[in-house]
Amino acid sequence: MTLADLHGESGEEHWLTYYDGFRRRVFVTHREVPFPEGKLIVSRTDPSGVITHANQAFVDMSGYSEDELVGEQHYILRHPDMPAVAFKGLWDTISQGKKWHGYVKNLRKDGAFYWVYATVVPNIRDGRIVSYTSVRRKPSRRKIEEMAALYKSLLQEEQGNRQ
Amino acid sequence: MKYTLTLSPDFNTKYLAGWFVLNTRLQKQLGLPLHLDLFTDFSACHAAIDAGKIDLIYANPADGAMLLREKQFVPVVHPRMRPDETIIAVPVDSPVNRIEDFRPDLRVAATDDPEINMIGQILLEPADITPADIQYQRCENYVLVAKALMNGQADAGFFLAETFAELSPTIRNRLRVILKSQIHVIHHLFLAGPRLTNQVDEIRQALLAMNDTEPGLLKEIGVTGWQATDAEEAEFMVDLMDTLVD
Repeated sequence: MTLADLHGESGEEHWLTYYDGFRRRVFVTHREVPFPEGKLIVSRTDPSGVITHANQAFVDMSGYSEDELVGEQHYILRHPDMPAVAFKGLWDTISQGKKWHGYVKNLRKDGAFYWVYATVVPNIRDGRIVSYTSVRRKPSRRKIEEMAALYKSLLQEEQGNRQ
Repeated sequence: MKYTLTLSPDFNTKYLAGWFVLNTRLQKQLGLPLHLDLFTDFSACHAAIDAGKIDLIYANPADGAMLLREKQFVPVVHPRMRPDETIIAVPVDSPVNRIEDFRPDLRVAATDDPEINMIGQILLEPADITPADIQYQRCENYVLVAKALMNGQADAGFFLAETFAELSPTIRNRLRVILKSQIHVIHHLFLAGPRLTNQVDEIRQALLAMNDTEPGLLKEIGVTGWQATDAEEAEFMVDLMDTLVD
């Protein structure tokens, strides 16, 4: 993501470090994009989190093209307001073959954001996890407000621990 | 040995004659003693499945998921360009204009069609309405769901979108659609049971051949054609359904 992706909006710069050590500079704006009514955002990743399938709702909401998404780590949608512990919980759960669900604030390519209620299931074939399917749906505004406050305090805790 | 074909009980009865003809055609082409047995409700259908009495089924997505994962059924075909979508409708004079206008203690008229009700509940989540907040009025079919709305016995109704579109204009004019799902990838499945596993290829070919030879018959059962469903495609739909069940 570059400043040009912001399309003239003002954005704050953040550096994100992912679980695999990859560091990336992102720009975020305060613009929320509403979840598309009646739709589900669907994607599939390989066991290491690389996107292998994205439906049109995912492409539209992420702001990336399908070509830009497929082959990339799912974490390119990670918003700096999301605490790392949320994603650790996700990976700990699904790698055990269990279903995970939670509320996620996603970052679009243009720096705006959208909230989802996400469910991730392991795709088990012949007793082995071969991929993960993630489905995101529209959450209630009350839940978003609750989770935004919780994530803010978890993030402050994480940042405090790093200092 | 006699084999039994059945339909998910959510099928529209106006297609009944067409399904009997399709059963006869399949029986002749495959040389199988195939009998069409229909159930008026889901519990009777599930009891027959559990008793191992069903060999071929045109199943709704929720039952399809159960049959694939738990009953060793094999996917054969699915209807072309006919996804199952859910409509939430209200009486035309309802004060509700969007999902967020709904309030808990909502009276919902619905059939016992499992995936339509599941998607309907998901569509209500943005209003902070959980299944515990819903008072269901169960109806035998979608015409009765519409009547419950028109009679003021329910605040909202869940409909299979295809069926809603087939309601008479008089009924539809007294209702208002609040939201229609746009999921696109959830659809009915034609599945073969364990006793017909060795004949799946022949059954699939017989059904696919109808796209060219029997367009009129397919119209009589409300589909524009069949499309082969491979195992992975069906598994993907089941995985997706699995994410929707909390």
